[in-house]
Amino acid sequence: MSERKALAGPRTDQAQDPAPDRDPDRAPGTDPDDGDRAPGTDPDDGDHTHGTDPDDGRGKPDAAVVRDALGVGVAVGLSGFAFGVTSAGSGLTLAQTCALSLLVFTGASQFALVGALAAGGSPLTAAAGAFFLGVRNAFYGLRLSQVLRLTRAIRPFAAQWVIDETTAVTLAQPTRRSARIGFLVTGLSLYVLWNLTTLLGALGAEAIGDTDAWGLDAAGPAVFLALLAPMLKSTTERAVAGLAVVLGLGLLPVLPAGVPVLVAALAAPVVLWARGRRGGAPEEGR
Amino acid sequence: MNVWIAIAVTAIGCYAVKLIGLLVPAGALERPLVRRLAALLPVALLAALTAQQTFADGRELVLDARVGGLAAAAVMLILRAPFLLVVAAAVLVTAGVRALGG
Repeated sequence: MSERKALAGPRTDQAQDPAPDRDPDRAPGTDPDDGDRAPGTDPDDGDHTHGTDPDDGRGKPDAAVVRDALGVGVAVGLSGFAFGVTSAGSGLTLAQTCALSLLVFTGASQFALVGALAAGGSPLTAAAGAFFLGVRNAFYGLRLSQVLRLTRAIRPFAAQWVIDETTAVTLAQPTRRSARIGFLVTGLSLYVLWNLTTLLGALGAEAIGDTDAWGLDAAGPAVFLALLAPMLKSTTERAVAGLAVVLGLGLLPVLPAGVPVLVAALAAPVVLWARGRRGGAPEEGR
Repeated sequence: MNVWIAIAVTAIGCYAVKLIGLLVPAGALERPLVRRLAALLPVALLAALTAQQTFADGRELVLDARVGGLAAAAVMLILRAPFLLVVAAAVLVTAGVRALGG
């Protein structure tokens, strides 16, 4: 489904179906126990008002949302093992490695930080690179706050889960209900597993030896690719992705670590501007 | 100690940007241009990250076993395989290519 639909979906459905479980006060992120129960609830409790065919882009059974969310949460959560191994291999202590996964909890930044520290970078330079990589989460938050409509009291708690994977799962959902379930299940499963596997990875770093030999360095980009693929629906998205790849790779040898990715983000406004100049309205009627 | 300083600065900074995104008033996204931009930014960032983590070795660009792994992941995505299988294919193929001396 398209990004535009993903954004518009929840609002439309909200208007059609004022189900009590859409109450913002019961939004995800409040209570982990509630979260464990909410996803697996009766599939008859409101999904069918949106149509039963998951492919019609309007409704989706809760169980399907939970399955998708767990798929992402478990797969990416397990890749915390690779981080734990890498971090311990970079010379960080067990406590430092676990603190990163607990407190930073955004994979690319964590990898960037331990990489920079291992390369002998100063603490502030290393932190700056990691921070720049994390800036994208602010843009994810902009979109998520519209889709999830969280109350102010919940936002500080939900914020730690605003990352690539939760955003991708949440924005792919057709309704606000499934978006909230997706965010909660992905965030919870990912946070728990990522931290557990970080611990195990750090402990097992010596046992496993060379992590690259196990292909674990391919897990990160594969995760990003899997998140990106469903977004490439129109030529606009593809043009943005293509330009971003060129910028990200082309600038890598000449700019400090972390900066090329930020420059690559300019592909979005550049492509929008170019399409606006050429065709007036940038592909509105999809 | 230096490492702890780096961890603290990173943790505070990364949490702050996450929270800012959620706290910015929804009105900021009501303009169609801003909304389209916000939708396209993750596309740009994810594409750049994918490419860098596939082809970068430090600040150099290299072709190694990861390319095979990512190609396998792409095939799995085209076949609409579940997320875990996509990542597993990338890891296994990368490990396999390396084992074969790639």
